[in-house]
Amino acid sequence: MTSAWNNFKPGVWQDTIDVRNFIQSNYKPYEGDASFLAGPTARTTALMEKFESLLKQERENGGVLDIDTETVTSLDTFAAGYLDKENELIVGVQTDAPLKRAVNPFGGIRMSRQACESYGYKLSDKIENEFHYRTTHNDGVFRAYTPEMRAVRKMGLITGLPDAYGRGRIIGDYRRVALYGVDHLIAEKEKDNEALGKKHMTEETIKLREEMYRQISFLNKLKKMAEIYGYDISKPATNAREAVQWLYFAYLGAIKEQNGAAMSLGRTATFLDIYMERDIANGTLTEEGAQELMDDFVMKLRMARHLRTPEYNDLFGGDPMWITEALGGQGTDGRTLVTKNTFRMLNTLYNLGPAPEPNLTVLWSQNQPRGFAEFCAEVSVKTNSIQYENDDVMRPIYGDDYAIACCVSAMKVGKQMQFFGARCNLPKLLLLALNGGYDPVNDIHVGPQLEPVQDEYLDFDAVMDRFEDYRAWLCKLYVNTMNIIHSMHDKYAYEKLQMALHDTEVERFMAFGVAGLSVITDSLSAIKFAKVRPIRNEAGYIVDFETEGEFPKFGNDDDRVDLIAKHMVEEVIGELRKTPTYRKAIHTLSVLTITSNVVYGKKTAATPDGRKAGEPFAPGANPMHNREANGALASLNSVAKLPYLACRDGISNTFSIVPASLGKTGKEQARNLVTILDGYFAKDAHHINVNVMTKEQLMEAYENPDAYPNLTIRVSGYAVNFHKLSREQQKEVISRTFHVDL
Amino acid sequence: MKGKIHSFQSLGTVDGPGVRYIVFLHGCNLHCGYCHNPDVCHGEYKEYTAEEVFRQVKRYRTYFGKDGGITVSGGEPLLQAEFVRELFTLCKKEGIHTALDTSGSLWNKDIEKLVDVCDLVLLDLKMTDEESYQAHVGCSIQAPLRFLDELEARSIPCWIRHVVVAGLNDTEENIGKLKTLTKNKACIQKTELLPFRKLCIPKYKNMGLPFPFEMYEETSEETINRLYRVL
Repeated sequence: MTSAWNNFKPGVWQDTIDVRNFIQSNYKPYEGDASFLAGPTARTTALMEKFESLLKQERENGGVLDIDTETVTSLDTFAAGYLDKENELIVGVQTDAPLKRAVNPFGGIRMSRQACESYGYKLSDKIENEFHYRTTHNDGVFRAYTPEMRAVRKMGLITGLPDAYGRGRIIGDYRRVALYGVDHLIAEKEKDNEALGKKHMTEETIKLREEMYRQISFLNKLKKMAEIYGYDISKPATNAREAVQWLYFAYLGAIKEQNGAAMSLGRTATFLDIYMERDIANGTLTEEGAQELMDDFVMKLRMARHLRTPEYNDLFGGDPMWITEALGGQGTDGRTLVTKNTFRMLNTLYNLGPAPEPNLTVLWSQNQPRGFAEFCAEVSVKTNSIQYENDDVMRPIYGDDYAIACCVSAMKVGKQMQFFGARCNLPKLLLLALNGGYDPVNDIHVGPQLEPVQDEYLDFDAVMDRFEDYRAWLCKLYVNTMNIIHSMHDKYAYEKLQMALHDTEVERFMAFGVAGLSVITDSLSAIKFAKVRPIRNEAGYIVDFETEGEFPKFGNDDDRVDLIAKHMVEEVIGELRKTPTYRKAIHTLSVLTITSNVVYGKKTAATPDGRKAGEPFAPGANPMHNREANGALASLNSVAKLPYLACRDGISNTFSIVPASLGKTGKEQARNLVTILDGYFAKDAHHINVNVMTKEQLMEAYENPDAYPNLTIRVSGYAVNFHKLSREQQKEVISRTFHVDL
Repeated sequence: MKGKIHSFQSLGTVDGPGVRYIVFLHGCNLHCGYCHNPDVCHGEYKEYTAEEVFRQVKRYRTYFGKDGGITVSGGEPLLQAEFVRELFTLCKKEGIHTALDTSGSLWNKDIEKLVDVCDLVLLDLKMTDEESYQAHVGCSIQAPLRFLDELEARSIPCWIRHVVVAGLNDTEENIGKLKTLTKNKACIQKTELLPFRKLCIPKYKNMGLPFPFEMYEETSEETINRLYRVL
């Protein structure tokens, strides 16, 4: 047994790779309040000032500080880079300098080329030549796409598909590197591979054998990467600082290799706490020192960057990385998983100031310690940088060592992964159905070809019959499209290091999504409860609607309409399940848009709910803006009716409230927020983003973006710097419902 | 029986303790100069039975925590005392905390029965002398004082609320009077000074009504904090 494990309680984690067992055997739950926390040290503050001046240069440079156009990113292609070599506790950046971006053409060379050009750079001839003879993921996908797939992609019926960039949504178990050291992980993989060699060589086994080769090769590269920084990570970490460093190296290796849309950190704070408690107990670490390690670690995470194109930013605004860290939650044995280090992670928002990354995600449990709940709420009110997800609905499904990929996608760390699948546009599908398979906006015929609906007033049952046919058609097409994308991604842009930090046999999800749920729900409600008269163009296609009379709207806790939304998601997932998936992945569904609700709305003509052509959808599962007449909790109740079991990839709700509506004093506001979160999650709701701010604050930041470089707001499932959103995205955020009633 | 209801607010945090479901009843017997709910008093309303409203309230049960509950406001809820009593009786049976937000300007048998099912009364003591009450509220100061006596006699917990209008009653002398009027009342748990606000101006404009206190400035937080020290 290695001395790195001295004073740890033994368990099966010593015989097999089992980080959960290590945590459960060794962690110390913390039930107290935040009074033990330490502020930033002079070292931290000085380092942060350096970092902020780089951020300022990055802003002044149009959002990108620098690009290395000569070097293809990987684990060992860059020399070491530092913010301040002498003073950094945790080291490592993606290229040879902080905030300098690398090109990653494995997803698609065109994206890299365009991204360079849009920031005034030119991808080097060297890389162009290298990739001239190489098939990228994007090449592979387009070889196999059918004309129908291209059509729905072009018209924006399915958008944001990961067919030109890294798919992301995979969480390596970065903790394994700290606990076991890389050599042990390689040895375990070799054992697994040997066992695989004895199986029948089916297509799946052959594929896995090749993947194992690649995984092991990248574990070796990871060691090399650490060597560039002067560290030997072949053996386990021996103290807290090494544990943070080893874990961070593993994450850094992943983001050097991949430019996945969302690459979460996982669930690391409580794991790291065990090392910190051990060092504090043996007198080699103080509270201040422990906080400093976390501050430095988080500062590194905040430096992570990928090179994206402007089109990508339209969908996923604000240059996000989704370095999602899941905090807290409860163990299956009833003990809280909150530790002092969970508090320290939140405390970085005070010590370093509010920021969107890492994407701090509190796993809310009704039984969590009150001190933790109140601290979360207090930090929320002051920083708008936290999201909340319901541990009590996820734990029964995923156990107590799951994390969140991206915004709302739960998976067991190191045991499950997902094939990310963006989302389909439901309101647009409704319009396509009404027009019999024709999209007048793009002049495209696709799907079942019928006569456009001829009725003077739309009949609910007839509309539903027709819609169901189109939904069945789209769901089948959607699964098949995803199968092509992920087969090609495995082939041409496989996540070698991240999958090396998974069990060899993993469970896979295929994550589908819907956009515009509240728009289609209100539209169907209008057709059912009011009178909707289609307006047709000269060719006889429906281009607008006149809606007479009142109809119930999603967001008012009114079952007549809320159940339309509930049935919709149940039927979509039911339809999706009818088509088999690549690698037998489990079909899941999300109601999450990121900021793509703006682009989706732009591509969608007027809808029967009264939404005008081009107007943004509400984000995620949110009710449409300003249709809520009964206040904030009624709106939460409506969203809480969406069933998590039908939407296991998550249901995102973004909640904005002015401080005065939450209570008179800061303390009251925090306490009331705790009560609201308890109430919402007691209704089996899944997720909520909390923004406590006024519309005036946002309008001020819209007018004077330079004056608010750090204004952080939560959008759909993540947080962004307001100034990094496009003007359209900013306007959409301002137009959202702010609960102000007093 | 049916109540005339102007609107519901599912999230209230400033009318009573904790997170509260607020029911705004239609109609009022007074005409306060600073009234910020002219729409509630004079606008449209719908009728609901107490049972119907209770079913709504129950949907928010999980949000109330240990402090929250229902607050019935208005308008003047005392005008529909029987309806409110029925609603509060249903709520209390379920263990939901009941708060009544009132001017205390009326007293009768129905109201007597109503206060017995109130866990808390938010009593507006709108002015501190007879003259101002007549001029700016439209009743005698004796009415709310009598109401307060009745609460005291029954030991019904009460929060006094007093709107401070800059230039009208934002003096230490006035708050001193308020203190005198409410002294030695064991039922009073708390006195809240609320700053005068003009957010209601658009409501008056929409309804084509003049805002009687248009000429006054909004009250600053500093003033409120200064006056709290007098209490």
